[in-house]
Amino acid sequence: MTATASPPATPGTDTAAPAGRRPVRVVVLFAVLVAGLVVVSLVSAAVGQFGIPLSQVVGSILNRVGIDVLAAPADPFAEAALWDVRFPRVVLALLVGGVLGVCGALMQGCFGNPLAEPGVVGVSSGAAVGACLSIVFGWTFLGSFTTPALAFCTGLATTLAVYVLARSKGKAGVVTMILTGVAVNAVAGAAISFLVFAGDQAAREQIVFWQLGSLAGSRWVYVATIAPLVAVCAIVALLLAKRLDLLSLGDRQARHLGVDVEVLRLVTIVVVAVAVSAAVSYSGIIGFVGLVVPHLIRMITGPGHRVLIPASLLGGALLLVAADLLARNAFDYADLPIGMLTALVGGPFFFWLLLRTRRREGGWT
Amino acid sequence: MRFLARAGTRVPGPPTAGDPLAEASAVVATAGGARLLDGVSLTVHAGEVLALVGPNGAGKSTLLGVLAGDTAPSSGRVTIHGRPADAWSTVDLARHRAVLPQHNPVSFPFTVRSVVEMGRAPWEGTPAEDDDERAVAAALADTGLTSFAERIHPTLSGGEQARTALARVLAQSTGLLLLDEPTAAMDLRHQEQVLALARARAETGAGVLVVLHDLGLAAAHADRVAVLSSGKLAAAGPPEEVCETELLSEVYQHPVEVISHPRTGKPIVLPYRE
Repeated sequence: MTATASPPATPGTDTAAPAGRRPVRVVVLFAVLVAGLVVVSLVSAAVGQFGIPLSQVVGSILNRVGIDVLAAPADPFAEAALWDVRFPRVVLALLVGGVLGVCGALMQGCFGNPLAEPGVVGVSSGAAVGACLSIVFGWTFLGSFTTPALAFCTGLATTLAVYVLARSKGKAGVVTMILTGVAVNAVAGAAISFLVFAGDQAAREQIVFWQLGSLAGSRWVYVATIAPLVAVCAIVALLLAKRLDLLSLGDRQARHLGVDVEVLRLVTIVVVAVAVSAAVSYSGIIGFVGLVVPHLIRMITGPGHRVLIPASLLGGALLLVAADLLARNAFDYADLPIGMLTALVGGPFFFWLLLRTRRREGGWT
Repeated sequence: MRFLARAGTRVPGPPTAGDPLAEASAVVATAGGARLLDGVSLTVHAGEVLALVGPNGAGKSTLLGVLAGDTAPSSGRVTIHGRPADAWSTVDLARHRAVLPQHNPVSFPFTVRSVVEMGRAPWEGTPAEDDDERAVAAALADTGLTSFAERIHPTLSGGEQARTALARVLAQSTGLLLLDEPTAAMDLRHQEQVLALARARAETGAGVLVVLHDLGLAAAHADRVAVLSSGKLAAAGPPEEVCETELLSEVYQHPVEVISHPRTGKPIVLPYRE
């Protein structure tokens, strides 16, 4: 007799359980994400080289909206640190993280490929070229907005170039588009290398740090310029959600179900290009958020985009605000590059997800 | 943005038996210099099951794609429900015809129920939306998938995935069904079930075009059989007329025997064996 008896098959519990559990899971997930966002944002505002008690952070916010329940910081320096430095940084982290999360979900849905992320169609490398140009040549025609503005323009232009190059006879196939992205990314990489080579030492340093990603020096005006774009992106993404579900059946099948596949893909790519270009133009390149967050959400609530997209928005925001909290406070007097941190945590985590999915669902071939 | 706006909300009534639902006349289709279809004319009528048979590469899937409005022919005319195929909007067409392609992968781990529910997408925002739940439940029951409804698609066997795709197409509830080898991955029982479902849809007035490889299956269940050979229509008519030794031997380039089933009298086609 062998000791390794297989467990008895229980088809009843196996098939019936998830049906009742999923809606509950969705509610719990959103509750946890929102609560997490509020708590981590407040903690992030409170913690730093200059510590401010959490009650004073809350008090300061409530005071501004006219509720005098808790005391704001008595020290005017603390009040200024909160409103001029920490809050804009926290809000920018929320916006950038949210954009990256939503756009990751959009790209994966749009290409029907769980490995897609905004970088695939050249947004990040294109934006980097623009940023490097302005840094190396010292352009300042738009003042301090020159680098972000150029990054935005080249990011958008690169993505559209990928789309136009990949189209033939009015159609842009998934594989063609991804391979075109590889080609365009390579050219952008070469351009960045050349600019690094051509720049002086100060420019090189600046380029390296831009590519590492950072939210240091965030200002309200940054928040104000990207917030409307984030809002539009999120709303359009939600409107596209149901059609993206259909796209996972394949282009032809989606068309049979009434989806204008080409228009859907174009709208999705434009939304991603605009939103991600705007986000990375201030923060520099922050990888893995767009890749990991949608996977994590899918694992909890399934792949339906009507839940996946808003949950990725919140999840991306939470992840980046937490990463920024860590980046600022892991070492005294050092602001770690946030892009390095997300990649350091995201890489192994993504691999773990891959293994786990392969074990449980037969995985992707 | 027109794309984001809802299309019209008219729900088409059931077709009247005998109406032409999809009509190809003198259709020529080319790809990479090869003539895949060479002057084919074929009509799918309301209330009939039309089986499309022929050897590999005869152009069966191409013809199905042309009749579905997927690919425009290089010459010839295609009408669906009386209107030229290229005059339809994508959504409106999805309310008039459903298509089951040969391969139906699903890129994310959706449940069987979610996949079948996607078949109802064209009806969003129309009065037919109220029928969603019933149509999905009926499609799951008809394909024997009710107990699989909460299973994750990638964990299903090939035959179960094929039935899921068929259930999605049935849930779409259109007057015209175009099925490309729906029985390919299925066992004997489910093959019979699929053809019985096609028959049941035809009886409610739908027109069903089904590509098959099993000539016996086609002869037993179809009202008419159309034989394609190298892009040309070799024959079309009732199974008893089309299942003819000489014709099929030539089309398949292999000697065949046609015998009559001792009980039902339906033709059975077998490759000639010593």
